Amino acid sequence: MYLATTGRRPDAPSRPAGAGRRVPGTVVALGAVSLVTDVSSEMVTAVLPLYLVLGLGLSPLQFGFLDGLFNGATALVRLLGGKLADRGGGRHRTVAGVGYLLSALSRLGLLLAGGAAAGIAAALAADRLGKGVRTAPRDAMISLSAPPEELGRAFGVHRAMDTTGALLGPLVAFVVLWATADAYDAVFVVSFATGLFGVLVLVLFVPAGARPAVGVKPVADVKPAVGVKPVADVKPAVGVKPRPAGGRTGERGRTGKKPRALGDPVFRRVVTAAVLLGAATIGDSFLYLLLQRGLDLPALLFPLLPLGAAACYLLLAVPAGRIADRSGRRTPFLWGHGALLAAYLVVMAPPGWPATVLVLVLLGVFYAATDGVLMALAGPVLPLDGRASGLAVLQTGQALARLVGAAGFGAAWTWWGPRPALAAAALALAAALVAARRILPERPEREVS
Amino acid sequence: MKARSLVLITAALVLLGGSLGYVLHARERGGGQRLVAAAGSFTLDEPGLYYRDSATGRVARGPGVADGPSCVRFHAAGDRALCLRALPGTPARTQAVVYDRKFTELQSVTVPGIPNRARVSASGHLLAWTAFAVGDSYAAGTFSTRTSVLDLRTGYLVKSIESIPLTVDGARYHAADVNYWGVSFAADDNRFYATVSTGGRTHLVEGDLRAWSARTLRENVECPSLSPDGTRIAFKKKVSTDPAAPWRLHVLELAGMGEHPLAESRSVDDQAVWLDGETLGYALPGQGGKGTDVWSVPADGGGAPRLLVPGGSSPVAVAAAPN
Repeated sequence: MYLATTGRRPDAPSRPAGAGRRVPGTVVALGAVSLVTDVSSEMVTAVLPLYLVLGLGLSPLQFGFLDGLFNGATALVRLLGGKLADRGGGRHRTVAGVGYLLSALSRLGLLLAGGAAAGIAAALAADRLGKGVRTAPRDAMISLSAPPEELGRAFGVHRAMDTTGALLGPLVAFVVLWATADAYDAVFVVSFATGLFGVLVLVLFVPAGARPAVGVKPVADVKPAVGVKPVADVKPAVGVKPRPAGGRTGERGRTGKKPRALGDPVFRRVVTAAVLLGAATIGDSFLYLLLQRGLDLPALLFPLLPLGAAACYLLLAVPAGRIADRSGRRTPFLWGHGALLAAYLVVMAPPGWPATVLVLVLLGVFYAATDGVLMALAGPVLPLDGRASGLAVLQTGQALARLVGAAGFGAAWTWWGPRPALAAAALALAAALVAARRILPERPEREVS
Repeated sequence: MKARSLVLITAALVLLGGSLGYVLHARERGGGQRLVAAAGSFTLDEPGLYYRDSATGRVARGPGVADGPSCVRFHAAGDRALCLRALPGTPARTQAVVYDRKFTELQSVTVPGIPNRARVSASGHLLAWTAFAVGDSYAAGTFSTRTSVLDLRTGYLVKSIESIPLTVDGARYHAADVNYWGVSFAADDNRFYATVSTGGRTHLVEGDLRAWSARTLRENVECPSLSPDGTRIAFKKKVSTDPAAPWRLHVLELAGMGEHPLAESRSVDDQAVWLDGETLGYALPGQGGKGTDVWSVPADGGGAPRLLVPGGSSPVAVAAAPN
């Protein structure tokens, strides 16, 4: 089966690897959950500044304060979500479901808070809490429900669906505001209903318990089958490379001793590379700002820039995932950051529409080739019952590194001006790329050869 | 599988129906605040305190006649009134509407962002407004502003004064992060004062429209408001890093550049107005955390704050008709 789909059979219809196979139902269901949830959350994000500043008369400063208040906390909550999901095995769905539910309920909180600042702060906190808690168990579920050699595509499908929701959300918000002459409460109600629907999709269509890929039996099977051991005929090609340490995945899980993700040298190298590259990332808004200034873009069109990049990401997520499955995830991950480096260089070039479009496409390539791909790269390295916490460590590390990168770039911009700062960022990214190329294991997930 | 799909479809219908019902209800109710024009009888001819009434969102003449147009920010001087509205929908857009004394609409300009500050020069010839732009702030927790200036004599509109050549501490300054807000015009209808922020600091800037240049005068001055005699500037000064209460109202003597704090000890996030030569008006968050109230305080640093209008903002003292 596996051989047939890799195109070894010349008479087979020429399809790229994995195309003949369907993405596991769980992945599609999780993608649908993310799509619906993102519609719900992005519609609130789109109207929140309007609501707080115009509807409630908060000053911009208060708004910025409320908005930034919980961002730092999310990182820590994510670690907690990963830990909880791994404990006892197979609690991924429960933890993720609580996260999704919490975010959905936070819309009701916004509605009921009326104008009270404390109530609004509590609602926003609940939303961030939910967001933080659910991310790692969700990605762990994806990585557990697709066979390792198809993880890139699985994450690609998920991220594409997720981004679709993010693009639809503001549109729905706009329609609701337009239909009701700016009734923000109606946006919250629709968002609540949408969020609840997402939770329902999760409960109904995502099987409970973390299961090994394509495995038919749930929880009970997890313990014995801890080794990444999917379908029998896939195994020889995909089996995890035996480590000198002695079967990183299975053994430790079976003994019931909590595996410490960062204790694994291979995973540590993945995290190090991601953190290094993350710290050399300057934050998209800087690029958008430079593009806008370069083009003298009418400010009303400004929100279209991130939209363009998101659309590219949406289109490229699945193809990038497929390429990652075939070539090994290390290559697209590095090339994706190469695309980001190219975007920095293009922004420095004379401004114009071609340059702008190119930057947006490069940003789309960057996200498509790195976001889901990194999860696909790291997933199989982690033991089954430590996967959610491992991915949480990776995501949190990357997020914090990016925060540092953006802050550093902001400071450099202030001291040196945009162009020298950008040049420095490009140098830093190039250096990080060279380093990451050495650090990242050649075949962390034991690729198909 | 069948049962699950059935449950999902039922739930979808219930949730969709509920949402639709609420949206229709909100639509029936009249949504948020509708844009309303001024009643025919409402003019600027009666001198007194005009302000925005929080309950109706309309401009009112104190006490209590809220028959003016609906505005988020309001200012008036000479023969002109300036009303900033938030256009419905997202992304946020600000509509700046210019009125004569009878509230006949003369002109309107739409810019992106959320309405923030509005000013009319004493003669009524120059207008300035600031919108709070969401989405292009590049450092978390901060915001970005765009300030426009409209000269009614020539009809010339500068949508963003960001490109004005700026001199900081005597040296020509180039930076991508300059933000202007809170313009206050001098009596000559050419000079103006404003806040410029760059590199994490705020400055008082003096601008010259004809020469198209601006220079900083002093650090840590936000939302300047020039006194009617042109000798003093009321402003909010950042006195604390506590995000809940960062500012205190001060008055700066332009001649000697000496400044003194006012008797208002609470944190004011507003561009104060001179109600007369000796008194300042401003908005403060209302009791119970909802809406705003209009207060006044003597400009000399003495006295005590006085509550003028509960549930109001954008105060402005309108004088009798010029002729």
